[in-house]
Amino acid sequence: MSTKTLVEIKDLHVVYNTDEKTVYAVNGLNLTINRGETLGLVGETGAGKTTTALSIMKLLPDRVGEIRQGKILLDNIDITRATPADMRLIRGESVSMIFQDPMTSLNPILTVSDQISEVLDLHRLDMSSEEKIKKVDEILKLVGLSADRKNEYPHQFSGGMKQRVVIAMALACEPKLILADEPTTALDVTIQAQILSMMKELKQRLNTAMIFITHDLGVVAQICDRVAIMYAGEIIEIGTTADIFDNPNHHPYTSGLFGSIPDMTKVAKRLNPIEGLMPDPTDLPNGCKFHPRCPKCMEICEAVNPGDNIDGTHTIKCHLFSQ
Amino acid sequence: MTEQKEKQRIVVKKKSQIASIWHRFKKNRLALFGVAVFVSMLLVAVFADFIVDYEKDALMQNMAQRFQRPSGEHWFGTDNFGRDLFARIIFGARISLFVGVITISLSLFVGSVIGASAGYYGGRVDNIMMRIMDVFLAIPQMIMAISIVAALGTGMMNILIALSIAQIPRFARIVRSSILTVKCQDFIEAARACGTSDTRIIAKHILPNAIGPIVVQATLSVASTILIIAALSFVGLGIQPPTPEWGSMMADAKSQMRYHEYLIIIPGIFIALTVMSLNVIGDGLRDALDPRLKN
Amino acid sequence: MLRYIAKRSLMMIPVLLGISLIVFSIMELTPGDPVSLMLGEGASEQAVQELREQMGLNDNFFIKYVRYVKNAVTGDLGISYRNKVPVISEITSRFPTTLNLTFWGVVLSVVIGIPVGIISAVKQYTIIDSMSLLAALILTSMPAFWLGLMLILLFSLKWNLLPATGVSTWQHFIMPAITLAAASMATIIRMTRSTMLEVVRQDYIRTARAKGASEFRIVYKHALRNALLPVVTVVGLNFGYQLGGAIVTESVFAMPGIGTLMVAAVRTKDTPIVMASVLFVAFLAGVINLIVDVLYVYIDPRLKSEYVKNK
Repeated sequence: MSTKTLVEIKDLHVVYNTDEKTVYAVNGLNLTINRGETLGLVGETGAGKTTTALSIMKLLPDRVGEIRQGKILLDNIDITRATPADMRLIRGESVSMIFQDPMTSLNPILTVSDQISEVLDLHRLDMSSEEKIKKVDEILKLVGLSADRKNEYPHQFSGGMKQRVVIAMALACEPKLILADEPTTALDVTIQAQILSMMKELKQRLNTAMIFITHDLGVVAQICDRVAIMYAGEIIEIGTTADIFDNPNHHPYTSGLFGSIPDMTKVAKRLNPIEGLMPDPTDLPNGCKFHPRCPKCMEICEAVNPGDNIDGTHTIKCHLFSQ
Repeated sequence: MTEQKEKQRIVVKKKSQIASIWHRFKKNRLALFGVAVFVSMLLVAVFADFIVDYEKDALMQNMAQRFQRPSGEHWFGTDNFGRDLFARIIFGARISLFVGVITISLSLFVGSVIGASAGYYGGRVDNIMMRIMDVFLAIPQMIMAISIVAALGTGMMNILIALSIAQIPRFARIVRSSILTVKCQDFIEAARACGTSDTRIIAKHILPNAIGPIVVQATLSVASTILIIAALSFVGLGIQPPTPEWGSMMADAKSQMRYHEYLIIIPGIFIALTVMSLNVIGDGLRDALDPRLKN
Repeated sequence: MLRYIAKRSLMMIPVLLGISLIVFSIMELTPGDPVSLMLGEGASEQAVQELREQMGLNDNFFIKYVRYVKNAVTGDLGISYRNKVPVISEITSRFPTTLNLTFWGVVLSVVIGIPVGIISAVKQYTIIDSMSLLAALILTSMPAFWLGLMLILLFSLKWNLLPATGVSTWQHFIMPAITLAAASMATIIRMTRSTMLEVVRQDYIRTARAKGASEFRIVYKHALRNALLPVVTVVGLNFGYQLGGAIVTESVFAMPGIGTLMVAAVRTKDTPIVMASVLFVAFLAGVINLIVDVLYVYIDPRLKSEYVKNK
């Protein structure tokens, strides 16, 4: 692992074992993240984005989630082999996660200050109480909240402010990697813009790597260095932001995603959705998982899962681009 | 390509609601066991006369045979008056179940009428009725029953009336809240917008949703009623001897407990079994009706 | 905060009045003439009428009711039909026993019920969970008085460890308290378990895990306080049920409390005593509910910030 690489995910397979069936959530995912870079993870609901993030944190649901195969290396530590005790040291310290819904992510009966300093209590054992209080004030300022309010309870804050608190908790120990799972989806558009610009500033200041999960391509354009498109548990296209937005070559799914965005400049009678639905994760199709919906489907697509076709920084997993 | 599309088409199986509820209930083994036990009790209660003779075995005193321990001749032994305990227990089942079910049926009926009117008409009517219900609910059930018995006297009929009255508020509350929950939902607005009549709305939309919690509460209430009857009879304020009620049987035997414990143990086991089976059925129904509530 | 307490206390009054009206009405329905009861069989018609006038029994319902309430508020709850002593003295002499019993019953049910509920939830799907649920089921299905009798059988009659009747020493309260606690314990176990399970599924628990908190910390710092809030309310509501149970428990263990007083009074048609006992129990239940409500506001920060202006 080079010094530039922070996270390396190799051939990750994650399933959910329910009473009746097995859900194949992540199917052979490969990904690297470099230090300080922001990777956007884009895809529809059910693509496996959150599952991937939870796997890095090893926070999959207790009896149901299982990492069947693969390796996750975080700064040379093998997460997949780590014990629960190891993980407790890693979570909050090396990796933090920001969840989607700020309204329910905070404990209603603990003060904001308590919840932020908890991260410090857990990981900064050498810090004194005064130092911790100072740090909490510092972080609150960093996320744009007044330190005067730190002894208030979550219900006394608005949605946007709650999310700032969550971000503050994530940043408290200056982790190397932040997993942001649709952090702005539950917020108003105006608040969304504020939070995004704050996050952009912070990531630059602290040089934290980030995996930014979203289904909103617009957000991706604003904040991400690289973008990975996920479908049915695989990354079907990955590249720099320029690759994804400007390059003419794309996976048919990506084209579909872009095509389905309503265009403000053109007059159109109908929207252009991608036909069909995401496949049933308990019963995935053979070959390329997108083939049933693909307008450019060929015979080989129905039988063989495409490999990676690499073109510099841009990789597409599609038979159309095989040499 | 099109075959794939066919395969992908979502197959929507229309399973009737009752079928899926029954399916979920069936998976609960404890609940099924409860049903088995309860049905057995019920059969015994209904066909008691075919199993033992009421006059001869349960009531007639036979001092020569008193305090016999369980044996081949008297399966559960005999009591302080020489009566066969097995026979008395069997008729006790009939009494407990009979009084329990009738009591709850009455409460259910009256409570539903009150709750339904309160819920449906709302406003002043609702307010007044619920305030009254609240006052009744503030009195613990046992105390309520005792006060009514104090006025009317003891005996099976009076105890039935007393307990019915005591349980009415609970049912009124449930029916009312079921109706309110459904009343507020959008699909009722939609139904009205289509021109559906009030009665049809009540019958087709509101009632089916309300039935679930009512049935669950009814089952659990029969269970608790049986316990209260036994307790009241035990302290002498309920069903009077010589009628073979499980609770009063234990009161008779209390002073003889040291050497004739079986007279206390056996009726208690039967009460526990009956109540447990009802509780388990009620819980099973509750879980089957709304699996989300179950963890 | 005080305003909330005052407001809440005021709300109790109409309820108490309502209860008194209901019970009074029920008592008025009692057939039988208390005066004949008091004077005995051979009393002359004239004596009966005189006593009637004197006791104000010929007045109409509302006058009687208002008079009763007026007297009750000043502490005069009438005279026992049976032994001619003031009702209030009967009540006050027996009240400590009942209160003591009920108190220990509640304490026991909470002290055992809550931990078992927590452990059951934390160890869901294991045998410990199944056992707790089974125990709760059995406790809630068996008649409390039967449990009491079984305890007496074992600990008094067979092993001679504990006294069966009376209230002279603290040992006398052990078995009664257990008997009384049994059914409520079951409710508390189930309630605690279910709120814990619900809380543990909440997003903020996942957030705590994502911070690297240990399971222990999650249970005790995050989950527990949230889960116990509804349990507090249930304990309060259950208190009324416990009081009902106390009546029977007192009978089983021959304890001279309000319960045995009430039962005897019903048998002898001693209406003033029945009336006063019922009111007393209702009043006690109401006070406990009030305390629970206030406590709840105090420990839930969401409500506290509404009612307590602190800085």
